[in-house]
Amino acid sequence: MRSIWFFVGLMLLVMGAVVTAAGAWQFAQPPAAPKVLAQYHPSFWWGLVMMVIGGVFLWAGRRRMDA
Amino acid sequence: MQQAIGLTVFDWLIIAIYFVFVVGLGIYLKRYTRSEEDFFLAGRRNSSWVAGLAFLSANLGALELLGMTGNTFKYGMYVAHFYWIGAIPAMVFLGIYMMPFYYSSRIKSIPGYLNLRFDEKTRVLNGIAFGVMTILVSGINLYAMALVLHTFLGWNWDASMWASAVTVAAYVTLSGLMSAIFTEIIQFFLIWFGLFLVSILGIVEIGGVDEVLRRVPPAFAALWSTSADPAANGMMITWAGIVLGLGFVLSFGYWTTDFLVVQRAFSARDLRAARMTPILASFFKMALPFLVIITGLVAIVLSRDAGSGFQLLVDKGQVNYDSALPLLIARYYPAGLMGLGVTALLAGFMAGQAGNISAFNTVWTYDIYHSVLNRGASPRHLLWMGRVSTVAGILLSIVTAYWAKSFPSIMDYMQAIFSWVNAPLFATMLLGMFVWWITPNGAFWGLVTGMASSVLMYLGVKFQWFDAACITLTRPYSDMAANFWRAWWAWLICFGVTVAVSLFTVRKPREELAGLVKGLSAGAAEAPVPWLKRPEFWGVVALALLVALNVYFW
Repeated sequence: MRSIWFFVGLMLLVMGAVVTAAGAWQFAQPPAAPKVLAQYHPSFWWGLVMMVIGGVFLWAGRRRMDA
Repeated sequence: MQQAIGLTVFDWLIIAIYFVFVVGLGIYLKRYTRSEEDFFLAGRRNSSWVAGLAFLSANLGALELLGMTGNTFKYGMYVAHFYWIGAIPAMVFLGIYMMPFYYSSRIKSIPGYLNLRFDEKTRVLNGIAFGVMTILVSGINLYAMALVLHTFLGWNWDASMWASAVTVAAYVTLSGLMSAIFTEIIQFFLIWFGLFLVSILGIVEIGGVDEVLRRVPPAFAALWSTSADPAANGMMITWAGIVLGLGFVLSFGYWTTDFLVVQRAFSARDLRAARMTPILASFFKMALPFLVIITGLVAIVLSRDAGSGFQLLVDKGQVNYDSALPLLIARYYPAGLMGLGVTALLAGFMAGQAGNISAFNTVWTYDIYHSVLNRGASPRHLLWMGRVSTVAGILLSIVTAYWAKSFPSIMDYMQAIFSWVNAPLFATMLLGMFVWWITPNGAFWGLVTGMASSVLMYLGVKFQWFDAACITLTRPYSDMAANFWRAWWAWLICFGVTVAVSLFTVRKPREELAGLVKGLSAGAAEAPVPWLKRPEFWGVVALALLVALNVYFW
């Protein structure tokens, strides 16, 4: 059975990619009614953080199998 | 009152990924769920990290996050006591002192321990009380989820409830506790990644943590320094109420006897892993105020600043404190993050429901069905019954959710339900594990009077049969203060009745209690390990950190 950490990594990587894509899209198409602190582009940067951490979990759990 | 928050295609995509992911996990884990032990105890093969995160996450539902953020708005920093003195000592105590009795006796549930230590009637009493409690909590959880999704996203009530209930039913029926544990760990990461950014952005907007604390009213900004006088703090309670009611009875009652959380430790691969489970969880528990309390304090500061445009929802003249977190998500989160925040809340609701249902199916199958209705059931039949009771539990939750929808004040009763069941049970467990001459009849009647007194005290205050000051012993008081003190008195009544009845009733022979009572066992066989791997060492570290945090925020 694959380790739970593999699945955690996979989920963070996939969701992080979608959040980053949303952030990138907002760079190109700024919303008409921006949220508070939108100038920091939190979707883009937070999505990248999720992808990096997800990648680490995925890499660490790629060969690990639980009993 | 409704506040519509629009979702983009990115947000819907994230929500869809979550649903596909958890159902896919259930299908994947099904092939590893072959026996009853796989289904009910996840095969007893988890590491302390997996069991520890699940142990914590079983308690970290969305109801808890919304409620505690709202409570911080209402009561201030005193809510951090729920995460620190109201959790850490109990978790360390469970890991060091109680887990060896639970784990080594190979029981499958907490009522199972009551059967070994006392007798069948105490087991069935606790099993029924726990079963009813979990179904009620699961149903209320479902109702609360639909309420939040309807209020903030405008989603249809029925569709929200049925979609999440069917999803939970699918993955828990397929692979039992293992899928519940996997989704709880997924939920743990989703909650941190989905909601911690709210605290960070709040701090950035206000100008730093020091600025947040400076702008919060003094009664809301301290942890202990205002606890001598109930009029000086937001919770209107004294230090004695916090220490006795929350820190001792409610905390120990929940963290050491509630099968919903303790079941996760039973899934550990060996005794050391089981003992490390709550201790590892305690470190993550201590970090949660940086997510929940900070968010609540940010909401206080923003709502006091007329220029911020931030106000909690008001419904029929009542402030909706639980709206603090969703409104902050709406304030800060753009497309993508909004979907992540909503998914974190959904995951919290669904994992909370899965946790309750997986605990319910175990207690129903072993402590009621196998114990009373069908003693000769084979392991294969019990596995089948586990799956059937999962579906039945979900259906009962849905009925409870519709009941709650037509009778919203049931939510008020739910806040007190843990003190009805868990507070007296902790007295029974404590006496049972540490005093050999406590008798089966003593435990049974102690539990009955403890539970009954807690319910009566609650109803007495609710319907004004007497003033809550009779319980809190001080004025002014808050509902929360009355909760803490009621738990203390219920515990004390259960303790006193158990001891008194035990003095006059038949004791179990000492030899029958070996391994179940301290001092009557040779001790659990644990392989010697370096001190860095010992639960006792990490327990002391957790307690030292707890003291440091309390002193810092004094």
